[in-house]
Amino acid sequence: MLSYAAEVGKDEGFNPPDAGDFNLPPFIEGNEFATKPILLVFLSVILISIFFILASRKAALVPSKLQFAGESVYSFVRNDLGREVIGHEFMRFVPYLFTLFTFILVNNLFGIIPLIQFPTMSRISFPYVLAAFTFFIFHYVGIRKQGFLKYMKEIMFLPGIPKPAYILITPLELATYFLVRPMTLSLRLFANMFAGHLLLLVFILGGEHLLQGVIGLKLISPFAFAIGIALTFFEFMVQCLQAYIFTLLTALYIAGALADEH
Amino acid sequence: MRSIELAAAEELNPLIPHTAEIIVGFIAFSLLYMVLRRAVVPRFEKAFAERTDAIQGGMERAEKAQIEAEAALKQYKAQLQDARGEAASIREEARVQGAAIIEEMRVKAQEEATRIAASAQAAIESERQAALTSLRNEVGTLATQLASKIVGEALDDQVRQSRIVDRFLEDLEKSK
Repeated sequence: MLSYAAEVGKDEGFNPPDAGDFNLPPFIEGNEFATKPILLVFLSVILISIFFILASRKAALVPSKLQFAGESVYSFVRNDLGREVIGHEFMRFVPYLFTLFTFILVNNLFGIIPLIQFPTMSRISFPYVLAAFTFFIFHYVGIRKQGFLKYMKEIMFLPGIPKPAYILITPLELATYFLVRPMTLSLRLFANMFAGHLLLLVFILGGEHLLQGVIGLKLISPFAFAIGIALTFFEFMVQCLQAYIFTLLTALYIAGALADEH
Repeated sequence: MRSIELAAAEELNPLIPHTAEIIVGFIAFSLLYMVLRRAVVPRFEKAFAERTDAIQGGMERAEKAQIEAEAALKQYKAQLQDARGEAASIREEARVQGAAIIEEMRVKAQEEATRIAASAQAAIESERQAALTSLRNEVGTLATQLASKIVGEALDDQVRQSRIVDRFLEDLEKSK
């Protein structure tokens, strides 16, 4: 398997990590589906399914440790993200929010799990897919609840604004609902994972490179590794936070579409 | 070589999605959604519902038990009150009855005493009458005998005799 640097023929010496490092070539030549990110996505589905099926299998009155762990995650999404944000109709959306949260969380955590160490969400395709799901769901919910015309009218014409202001507000509102929301949702998640992983690569690959240099550089190398480790903890926080934010915003958008008035 | 370079240029832009990844993302996410929705969410919900039920049921049972205990206590108190009342009334009744019995006994004793006294009086009176009668007869007889002895005349006529005696006794009384 050729490295990317070798493929495009970079110089010898330290090549700082760049976007190219996120393009992992397929391990079966010519098969686009045989890449690490795709494998990781399937792995995440299997891991999450197994974990929660085991945790909920008995669903006992007095939970075991495993069931308690699974229930904690579930009730966090159900109560703090679903019930608190969406209100009385929340139960319909709990399965989606729960899937979204666990899926993003596990795929993000892959970024710091030893041996895996690749955040799947740093591949823009996956955030796009998730944002598309959220986009279609919250518009569908709004249209089903209020009817297409009323829903569009509510988006385009905010109440309590002087009529001429609609020239400015209406395009902005339309852009917010149909462009900005899905774009920011996917880009926020992608960019956080992308930048975080790049940061870790810089310090850890840099530290490794310094180790191969002269004695002075060898002495600096531990600092690079130390920062790399500190950043790993920081990344852990960011990864959890991003999963939370994506799910929270989805819940907020659904709640907004369900609400009669803005 | 040119195709590799083109691909590389495209790959360098991280905002361009890959068809394969889009497909996989869609399928994988849908799959996970179905698994969690079918197999996990209902079970957790069931556990939550059962737990709520158990806690609420327990509370309801406790409440019921407390109400029952309160009712029993009330009943016991009422019974105690009743018993006390009954005891007091029995005591009162006994006291009244006792007083009545004493009164009755007293009256009876009084009556008895009166009766005894009366009968004694009557007996004494009859005794006295008998004594008086016999005394009168005897005195009469003695006096008659004495008189006849003195007068020498037999005053055997009963009527006259008695008249004489009566007169004599009257005189005797007057002279007292």
